[in-house]
Amino acid sequence: MNSWIEKQRHLIDFTLASLARRKTKNLGLFVIYTLLVFVLASVALYTHALRFEAQKVLAGSPEIVLQRLVAGRHDLIPPGYLEKIGRIRGVQKIEGRLWGYYYDSVVKANYTFMVPRDMKIERGEIVVGPALERSRGLAAGNGISFRAYTGELHTFIVADVLPEASELMSADLVLMHEDDFRAFFKIPPGHYNDIALSVANPQEVRNVAIKLLTTLPDSRPILRDEVLRTYASIFDWREGLLLALLSAAILAFGIFAWEKAAGLSAEERREIGILKAIGWETGDVIKMKFWEGLLISLTAFFTGYTAAYAHVFHLGASLFEPVLKGWAVLYPRFSLPPHIDGLQIATLFFFTVVPYTAAVLVPIWRAATTDPDTVMRS
Amino acid sequence: MRPAHFAFLVLALAGGAFALTFVDAAHLRDARAQESAVTARLVKRLGLTDPVLFTEARYTRHPTQADLQSAFQDHPVAFEHFPSGSLIPPPAGILAAYEQLDRKTAPSD
Repeated sequence: MNSWIEKQRHLIDFTLASLARRKTKNLGLFVIYTLLVFVLASVALYTHALRFEAQKVLAGSPEIVLQRLVAGRHDLIPPGYLEKIGRIRGVQKIEGRLWGYYYDSVVKANYTFMVPRDMKIERGEIVVGPALERSRGLAAGNGISFRAYTGELHTFIVADVLPEASELMSADLVLMHEDDFRAFFKIPPGHYNDIALSVANPQEVRNVAIKLLTTLPDSRPILRDEVLRTYASIFDWREGLLLALLSAAILAFGIFAWEKAAGLSAEERREIGILKAIGWETGDVIKMKFWEGLLISLTAFFTGYTAAYAHVFHLGASLFEPVLKGWAVLYPRFSLPPHIDGLQIATLFFFTVVPYTAAVLVPIWRAATTDPDTVMRS
Repeated sequence: MRPAHFAFLVLALAGGAFALTFVDAAHLRDARAQESAVTARLVKRLGLTDPVLFTEARYTRHPTQADLQSAFQDHPVAFEHFPSGSLIPPPAGILAAYEQLDRKTAPSD
């Protein structure tokens, strides 16, 4: 066993000396290799963490949201709908929701105005999201005016600011009293923007949605499952988009690595010839080259992945953030909890380390199995 | 130091850093679990349906609740032009021009 280890050590010594003779070329390959792993790992880590976090927090969103459509567009829920839905079996809780958008031309951003379900807010007061606090310089006790679509100016006092920890979901929220909301948007009493439903038995959600469509043919039920699927597909799509853009770089690396690994230079050919002439066996030459491939690709993989991890979870993924998250005037600041998908990392490992190590071996095996004299003379 | 030992040291350091990322991930997950819990509670409490990721236009703010209609409702810089908006922000020139226009016009909706 000891002699085997010693032999491998000598082979590695020799490999490193051989690599050092072509320092620039090998260093260049290592840097590009590491960069490629870094980019691919950054995209994979960030997208997975974002997807996981969105799914986790949205697990508490309403089981069904019911909208009313008129000519393919949203319309207000008129009085009477809540009672009709109440008669459907399996529905546990029904709440008419009041929420809408407000475009603030001061910061050129859209806010989400909302009447909270179980938070007491006095008339004339609002509770704002953390991004709003930042962009408008608001704090508890400050006053702010919004011009309604009727042209009237409504002034509110900021009662509180939502916790920064919840910014991913609450950055642009403006919570207000129901009467203020109805007065601001001129929504008549008894009308709602949509209806949130909770269903007693999770197995019954789809059946309840079908019953809703039968009872109220102009309605459009949106299930929580559909909400979760939408986000899964949005992040998959963005990840795919970025990987498609990167595919040219991946291809270029493939060609570069193949050229480096498959096309033996005259110097390398002569080196193999000499090694064989002085008594090295074909197996030894192959082992030496195997170590070369493994050392370069493993070190590049570990370095690239670690750099990607630090970039995504400690430096806020600053390089790919706009592509993966999107951009906006009013934007949440949030730090994602790391959720690493083992399969994703294993796939990345398989597609970066294995092909290069294998590509190194094929031409070497061809050169090492031919006659030393022919190899040296070619 | 023998070159082989040096190579193993570098590989061990890189491998160690790789392994440390998993330890750090577990630690960070615990540290940020509190924030996630606050967010999840707020979602349940307010009945929220969408993260605040695409806020530029009404139809991108709540993609899961969106209207069945097209882009370009507000004005060219006030939306996350899906999908091209995910690749490039609007040019500064256009932004400046629309800022002016924006001040002269009434809110769009």
